[in-house]
Amino acid sequence: MATPLLEIEQLRVDFHGEAGCIEAVRGISLTIQPGETVALVGESGSGKTVAALSLLQLLPGNAHIRAQAIRLEGRDITRLQPEALRHLRGQQVAMVFQEPMTAMNPVYPIFRQLAEAFLPDEAGEGRSQQALRRRAVELLAMTGISDPEQRLDSYPHQLSGGQRQRVMIAMALARRPRLLIADEPTTALDVTIQAQILELLARLQKELGMAMLLITHDLPMVQKTANRVYVMRHGEICETAATTTLFQSPQHPYTRQLLASLPSTLPPPRLESAAPLLQVRGLHCHFPIKRGLLKRTVGHVKAVDGVDFVLNRGETVGIVGESGSGKSSLGEAVLRLNEGRGALWFDGQDLQSIDRATLRGMRRRIQVVFQDPFSSLSPRLTVGQILAEGLEIHAVEADAAARQRRVEAILTEVGLPLAHLERYPHQFSGGQRQRIAIARAMILQPDLLVLDEPTSALDLSVQAQILTLLRTLQVRHKLAFIFISHDLRVIRAMSHTVLVMWRGQIVERGETQALFAHPRHPYTRQLLTAAIHLSTVPAG
Amino acid sequence: MSIRFFSPILRRRWRRFAEHRRGLLSLWLFSLLLGLSMGAELVANDKPLLIHYQGAFYFPLVQSYPETTFGGEFNTEADYKDPYILEKLQKEGNWLIFPPIPYSFNSIDNQLTHPAPAPPAGRHYLGTDDRARDILARLIYGFRLSVLFALTLTLIGVLMGILAGAVQGYFGGRTDLILQRLMEIWGSMPELYLLIIFASLFNPSILLLICLLSLFGWMGLADYVRAEFLRARSMAYVKAARALGASDRAIIFRHLLPNALTPVITFLPFRISGTVLALTSLDFLGLGVPPSTPSLGELLQQGKANLEAWWISLPTFIVLVSLLLLLNFIGEALRDAMDPRKES
Repeated sequence: MATPLLEIEQLRVDFHGEAGCIEAVRGISLTIQPGETVALVGESGSGKTVAALSLLQLLPGNAHIRAQAIRLEGRDITRLQPEALRHLRGQQVAMVFQEPMTAMNPVYPIFRQLAEAFLPDEAGEGRSQQALRRRAVELLAMTGISDPEQRLDSYPHQLSGGQRQRVMIAMALARRPRLLIADEPTTALDVTIQAQILELLARLQKELGMAMLLITHDLPMVQKTANRVYVMRHGEICETAATTTLFQSPQHPYTRQLLASLPSTLPPPRLESAAPLLQVRGLHCHFPIKRGLLKRTVGHVKAVDGVDFVLNRGETVGIVGESGSGKSSLGEAVLRLNEGRGALWFDGQDLQSIDRATLRGMRRRIQVVFQDPFSSLSPRLTVGQILAEGLEIHAVEADAAARQRRVEAILTEVGLPLAHLERYPHQFSGGQRQRIAIARAMILQPDLLVLDEPTSALDLSVQAQILTLLRTLQVRHKLAFIFISHDLRVIRAMSHTVLVMWRGQIVERGETQALFAHPRHPYTRQLLTAAIHLSTVPAG
Repeated sequence: MSIRFFSPILRRRWRRFAEHRRGLLSLWLFSLLLGLSMGAELVANDKPLLIHYQGAFYFPLVQSYPETTFGGEFNTEADYKDPYILEKLQKEGNWLIFPPIPYSFNSIDNQLTHPAPAPPAGRHYLGTDDRARDILARLIYGFRLSVLFALTLTLIGVLMGILAGAVQGYFGGRTDLILQRLMEIWGSMPELYLLIIFASLFNPSILLLICLLSLFGWMGLADYVRAEFLRARSMAYVKAARALGASDRAIIFRHLLPNALTPVITFLPFRISGTVLALTSLDFLGLGVPPSTPSLGELLQQGKANLEAWWISLPTFIVLVSLLLLLNFIGEALRDAMDPRKES
């Protein structure tokens, strides 16, 4: 075998901070052959990004990197001078980051940022502005962006997420690197865009003959793109194998657990006598667009544009769509948190026409769990205070002792120890916080729970736990769910019926199994194709 | 339910503050000086702390005694600096204890051997001003007045600023727009001219000064609180609270306010030092506190009028600079301690 492109031996990274020394990476070894795609898989906090950043020594000053050797094409790069290191970055190893919006400088047009990427060797003598522009257009065209000529003068905020990621890739490829490190390159993008970006990366890799280190937590994506996989956990590599081998016969228990976490179950059976709980008819949610000095309304963003559906007691309706399709606005309109108009009947009561006091009473029965568990809990209140708040507002229990019992009961029900009552939200992991958010909603014993992307911010194995918890709660308390998600796998695992939302309207609806088997609307088909991995993943 | 005072966040911030050695030292020093100056009556006073006269104890600080008590002739309060009284109080087993500095801020020394302003000597450690009053005593009382004045003004400004900012930030929209414009108009009023006009209309007093300065002092802070409220208003936890059915008041006080206090606390020392400086400047210009009140600005003014009397301007300058430095060091440490980027 030829010299590997990259060889890492016993890489260790420690962070020295206020809380003492944190070992982020604890001696990992890794090789990448030229032209190969290697995936580094792990959950958040497993140290995969830190390991990648330490290659280019892009870590903050309190990080200590030690390695027996890091060889790039046989040359040890552990003790490079800053000058040589800069040469290495971009020239031989380039990086694409997760969030293309923050990875670009918002005040410069695309052209300036692209030109910077090939400035040192090409911008110097004799390279005219025209030549630079031609080169930039070539690069952009390579990434399949539409109208590359015009994009050069756009600013990052004028591009869509997918376009921005294409520009990032163009920047990374400007100097024809031998190795591309892609750190969660598609996590921030919509499903259909994800598929396009992955295709693009695979094509460019073949064309340019570069190797790729793909850092991700998305197992189906790994299965589709990588040749070999390293599974990382707690800063160590616990398993490495060729992709097909790993997915067919995972050896390490953690890998098995990870693979089993892919949502694949079916929703719990429906209630036998299912009465309609929520009826929505002709729901509109228009936000005025205001322009000019006098803030005149020049038009409306039609976030939700004429939606109707019926939800039965104890059932789940899944609402699927891309970002900006109006799913969250729909959820908020049902909760009466925005100015949505249209008929809303909840358990025989018209939610739109009741007065404020009655509405506040009704809120007890419709609760919500949001996507981001980090912003959905008041940072200055303890878990106990957060959970008791709803009881206090609705005066559910008269005395404090009874309230305390309720709080303790619900905490146990969502699977958290009672000792956590005195702690503050920042002391918990994402999954634990989401459990607290669920407990806060459940303590009022609602009939309907709006779940707005409840697992999107969580790791795969945590997501599986939360979904199991939700399913248990649904059966035990005969809850109805409005389950909003962009993740088709999760939707399929949870919903009885599915609504596909596109630009504020429902383009297709149906029983989950039927809809997934025979999508009719072109947009639904597109969504399903984008998530091809859906059917190819083994059930565990 | 109240917000737990020693939350882990607060404890961590205190730890970060304490890591700032200079800030911590400044805080201790400032507290010490403030504590000492609070008891200024015990440190610098022209009345004795304790008198033992004919077998009985007297406390002139607490109670005023007529001269006749000690064998004098007048019914007015005893002047303990009067050699006649002093002599009576010291003979035949009578004794009395004076504070370390036996002058108050307004006691005029009639027995100066040197024309006022007198240079530092055993009698007056830092000399006297041009009205024969002890500089050190005036400095101690002036320091106390400056700090108390600044604390009061800051407290009022903070409360008003929080209220205005909270209303604007929480309700947003039209309320915010109107209040912002009103604040812009209000803020463009010439503060100093108003002070000059009012100083000539009314008798200058500390209360008047506090009222006038309060009218303008809250605006800077209101903007920060407003921004914090606007930011936090769209957070998921506020939405969740509304979905729970919480009232506007509960959301403001329980969920938004504790999170909007960071800029308030961070700017506190800087606001205090700014107010100290403002008061000193006004006094220097003669627009501040009424004459004869001990104030750092008035001392500086005297120093300017009597340039050869270095013992007036130099100590005042040192006290003023040290006070401002201490406050700024505390502020610096506090800013680091509250830095959201250091919160994990």
